Order: sequence, then C-alpha cells, then structure tokens
Amino acid sequence: MSSHAPLTITNGRLVLPGGAVTPGAIRCEGGFITAVGEVTAQSGDMVHDAKGKLIAPGLVDIGVFAIDKPAFHFGGITRAALMPDQNPPLDVPARVRFAAQSGKPDFWVHPLAAATQNLEGEKLAEIALMRDAGAKAVATGRQWIGNSGTMLRLLQYAGMLGMTVCTRAEDGGLVGKAVATAGEMATRLGLPAAPAEAEALAIARDLTLAQMAKAPIHFRKVTTAAGLDLIRTAKTQGILVTCGVTPAYFMLSDLAVSGFRTFAHLSPPLRSEDDRKAVIAAIADGTIDMIVSGHDPRGPEDKRLPFTDSTPGMAGAETLLPLTMSLVRDGVISLGRAFDLLAANPAKLLGVNAGRLESGAEADIAVIDADRPWIVDSDKMAASAGNTPFDKQPVQGRVLALFKGGVAVKVKVPKA
Amino acid sequence: MTSPTYTYPEGRAAFPHRGLVGIAGLAPHEIHYLLDEAEQWVELNRSALKRSEVLSGLTIINAFFENSTRTLLSFEIAGKRLGADVVNMLVAQSSVKKGETLIDTAMTLNAMRADAIVIRHASSGAVQLIAGKVDCPVLNAGDGQHEHPTQALLDALTIRHAKRGFNGLRVTICGDILHSRVARSNILCLTSLGAEVRVCAPPALMPADIERMNVEVFHDFDAALKGADVVMMLRLQMERMQGQFIPSPREYRYLYGLSLDRLALAEPDALVMHPGPMNRGIEIDSNVADLAGRSLITQQVEMGVAIRMACLDVLTRNARRVEGWQ
Repeated sequence: MSSHAPLTITNGRLVLPGGAVTPGAIRCEGGFITAVGEVTAQSGDMVHDAKGKLIAPGLVDIGVFAIDKPAFHFGGITRAALMPDQNPPLDVPARVRFAAQSGKPDFWVHPLAAATQNLEGEKLAEIALMRDAGAKAVATGRQWIGNSGTMLRLLQYAGMLGMTVCTRAEDGGLVGKAVATAGEMATRLGLPAAPAEAEALAIARDLTLAQMAKAPIHFRKVTTAAGLDLIRTAKTQGILVTCGVTPAYFMLSDLAVSGFRTFAHLSPPLRSEDDRKAVIAAIADGTIDMIVSGHDPRGPEDKRLPFTDSTPGMAGAETLLPLTMSLVRDGVISLGRAFDLLAANPAKLLGVNAGRLESGAEADIAVIDADRPWIVDSDKMAASAGNTPFDKQPVQGRVLALFKGGVAVKVKVPKA
Repeated sequence: MTSPTYTYPEGRAAFPHRGLVGIAGLAPHEIHYLLDEAEQWVELNRSALKRSEVLSGLTIINAFFENSTRTLLSFEIAGKRLGADVVNMLVAQSSVKKGETLIDTAMTLNAMRADAIVIRHASSGAVQLIAGKVDCPVLNAGDGQHEHPTQALLDALTIRHAKRGFNGLRVTICGDILHSRVARSNILCLTSLGAEVRVCAPPALMPADIERMNVEVFHDFDAALKGADVVMMLRLQMERMQGQFIPSPREYRYLYGLSLDRLALAEPDALVMHPGPMNRGIEIDSNVADLAGRSLITQQVEMGVAIRMACLDVLTRNARRVEGWQ
C-alpha cells in the first residue's frame, strides 16, 4: 500500500476504455484507481485540476532498448518493456529481477526475457525462471532466429508458460549486413540494401510456426504492405498474432536517409512511400495493435559516423505521443483508439493491470494537452541522446502532469 | 584538341561548389567546365617540363582510408605538377578504429591547415561526413559504393577526346554494378552529358531500381553490346561481396567477359574502357585490353592526372584569392 495521500484529478476529459472521451474526474487510493467519472475529491485528497485537458492512461511502451526515465516521463510513458539486448543480455533470472526493479518507484520496467542464451538464436534460455523473476514476455532481440526448429520450440514453450514471443520480422539471410531498403535511394547512395520483402518472408514463416504451436506471437515492428497483409489475413484465421510499429514508419519513408542522415538509420530500415501509406491504413483498420517508441538513445559515438558504420535506432520516447496524435488530427484514428494503441493494447500483451482508466487498475495517469504545439529539438531532449529524425519538426501534444501509482511524477522539461 | 562547348558564367559562378563530393549535384555545364579546364593540363602533361606553380605554397593531404595505388598516385602527381606540397596519409582500414576516429582524424587534418583534402574511404557517405567538418575543400577519391567523381570526369574527358560528343552516344557499362562507385558516378555524369547509358550485370550484381537513374538494364551482355559506341568494363569487387554472387570467375567470364568476338557485336569503332585494376582473363581478355586504337585504358590513366589537376586548381581558387573566385 502506498503511504501517499489519495489523489483526485478533477475537471478533465477522461479517455475511457472503449474509446469514449467524457468530462469527469478520477480518484485513486493506495496506488489504484477507485472511482472514475462523476467523482468529487474527499478531504485529505491531493487534488489536481486538469483544467479541461485530457485525463488518459499512462502510456505503456513495448520494446525499448534503454531505461531513460526523463525521456519516458516527458512522453507520458509510465511503463516500458525492456528489450533483452542489454550488456550483458537479459537471459538469466537474476538480470531480469534486477531490471524489473530498476525503474521504481516512479517508472515500471517490464523486462522481456531473452528467448535464447546470449541472444544467439540457438539454445533456449530459462524462460520459466525469468518469468517468475518478473519477465512479462519473451523477445528474440535485435536478431531474427534463423533456425525454424528453434523458433517453433520457442513458441511452443513460451506459449505453454503463458508468454507472448515478441519477434523481429526480417529474414536474416536476405538482410545480411544491409542498412537500407533496396530501392532508388539506397542505390543512389550506394548503401548495402535488402529487399523490403525480407519482412513478409519472416512473417510468413513465423505465422505458420505460431499456428503450429497454437501460441501467441507479436511482431514488434511491421513496416511493409506485404507484411501487414499477411497479418491482416492471419487475424481472420484465428492465429494469435499482434503487431506494433513506431511513428517513424508512418511519418517517414526512405527519402529521410538522403544525405546519409544517420538519425534516420533505423532497424528495420525506412521503407518506400507506398509502405508508409500501408502502415497508416493498417493502423486505421486495426491490423496494427500498438504504436511504440522503440526508444534507443544513441550518442555521437554511435551516430556521427558514416551511415553504414553507424548504429541503427532513434530516441523515440518524447515524440511517441505527439506523432500518434497527428493520426488523430488527420482523422486516421479516434482519440480513444489512440490510447488503445499507446496504452491498453500493450498492457494487455504484457498482462499488466494498467493502460486503462477503470476502477481496480493501477493508477498510472497522464494529463495531456493534445493540441499544445512544440518543436522537437535534438539538442534539447529529455532523452540521454538526441538522435531523433524529427529534429526541428513542429508537433502537437504534450504531457502536463504524470502520475505513477497515484503519485505525481516530476516531469523534467529540458531547458529551452 | 576539343574546343570549349560552353560559355561559362564569370569567375566562381562557373563552378560554385566548395568541394567535389560527387557528380550528383553538378549541373552539366559545371561538368563541362571541369573537362575544359583539364585540357590545359593535358597539354602540360604532354610537354617536356611538366610543371606549373599554380598551387605553390599550398598543402594538399591525400587521406586514404582504403587501399589504392593508381588513384593515390594520380592525385599525388597532380598536386606535385601544380607545385603544391603533397602529403599522403595512408591508413589501412584495419588499423584505424572506425567511428569517432574518422571525425577526429579529419579535425586533425583540418587543424594542420591543409588547403585541400583528398579522401578515399570504404564507407559510402564518409567523404560527405568529413566535408561537413573541415574548412578546406574536400575531394572524393572514392567512398564505399557511393561515388568516385574524378573517375567519371576522367572517363568523360577520355571519351570526349576520342569521340565527337556525348549526345546520343551509347555507353555500355558491364560488371559488378552493385558494388561499384565508378558505375554510379559514370551513370550520373554520362546521362547528365546526354549519353545513353546501358548497364549490364547478373541480377545479383545489379542494384534495385537502377533504371530510375535513367539507364537501360541488361542481363544479357551480347544484347547490351549491340550498337554500343563505348564499352566500359568493371572489375568484380570480391572484397565487397558478402556471400556468393557468382558461381565462379570462369562462369562469369563465359557470360560477361569482353572477348574480341563479343566486341564485334558493338559498333565497328566501339571503344573499350576499364577503370582498373583489370582482371585480365576474367572481365576482359588481354587481346581486347591491349587492342591498339580501340582500348582507351592507358588514355584514361593519362586523363586522370589532368582532371585531378583541374579539380585541385578550381577548388583552391577561393583560398588563393584568384580574381572573381572569392
């Protein structure tokens, strides 16, 4: 039980499960939401006036590469599933247990257990022991598991343990050491490139394996029309599949790498304009279940290099919310659906009692001004590094206050 | 030999670029300007006393992060014939840590107040990265699979000496297009000058969407040769290949080697070029490489020095306070 006073957030617009957005208030006690809707503060409560802004669930992120609390808090993220690609990797229970504690009390880290020992894609790691040490799902890591037999056994085993396997959708043989998607841009720049079909190829195999194993599978980033088509069909066939994407793939195409811009060096690489539009369509029609940050802060030592030598990844925690809000403003999705994508669906995958504003859920709450304009500036990020491909881009949507377990989190705003 | 094709804007407006990172971004008249500027150096190089003092007192650093013999030598001779102090910095890729070191090395060269830096690097885009960090002009001597602009310019100069012009000229480039910066720069340069460029390679060695660079794509070498005025052969870049791209050199030669019989499929006066180093007996037969009057391979080397002299001269005019270039 929390020793903090109960919290009542008043005078806001509640983003409710099911998508309704209604005026109201919310009360929390002992770290949990106790009442939603027409609520009045009781004596002794901490009262926060939302001043008519959105009261939304704290964002739940899946597949981040670093615990970068200032960036997550700035972005309204209260929980994040940490990739096992740490140094050393999260492939033994002790490291998982340590990682699970590493964000508390104001941020919760949900470690993703490494699927294989040392993430080498060969021998299964001790997934059951890691589950009981706090891992909420399993991840194959940055690498694709090339051995189909290993992948099948992994899906069967994790499925038995009630854990989803989060995988990467890129056929390793086709990708090799590619750093770009094959096409005019990569050809002009002379960058090692792999065909976009590498994604659909990997998804086709893994969907078949998931169907054989009758086990849940999650593709962390699906970025091509062909890959999304496979998942759309698989969902109608009852395969237990979910998938996510980061805003980069609905905001940018491979044009962004022109001039060898390493901040646009991502994994998987940015795709064609047609694929970008397919991602937006898949968000609209429900094929994509979640939008995540893929947060991977990288300093000059990893990014101020020739493109092929640079490390892929972007600092995405701060721009996740505003870039998703752009889809709301463009009429692609409703406000309610935005928070399904950002909070409810990821929480469901992890099996955590959060991501939605209802009595009994943990009181992770963000007060958000969905329209507030600001300009992304890679020199003034809350993140530990400013590697964003959205530098100098005007966006809308900002977190005004954040509560983890009903307790206010101090959101550090970088100096302007 | 060839009279100037254009009248150019006065002074710096004729070539307003700070450095030479690639052919991409150069207007056709800027390419012609460099070719025309090179003509005086062709003549000088053919004279007894091959010496100018145009760059006297200037320091040129050739920073080669990737092995090179002919390009390095060509740049060194070009600088010395113009009277510059030329320093070579040869850094085998293996012995230098990549990364920050590259920028640090560039900053070091910059601090030594070089007047021009010539860079070769194994990674595409490395030269552009350095060009953004130093104060002096940077010349790209080949970056990864991206560009090798002076090679394209010297090839264009060689063609211009041997043929009347570029309009409608059919040039077939055959070989490892995928890994070739020479191919990319030549495609950009030749199409910009009005030539019709064909590229020929097996599918595995052909980059995606290359036709978007205004070239015609062939996999059948015989078909690609029909009607060609110039045949440009490229080396197989085994060192850049990850995985197997062709079954064997013997089989590659069978499909893509330039023999006398194959050359007969091209125009009767078709010219043969190769940027070197050649793999005789693989992509080009010896009797083709040495075919007098048809093979331009040694002329290419000769034009290379003149083109590099022209680039060094033009790009240092601002620093030398040449009238109209400040």
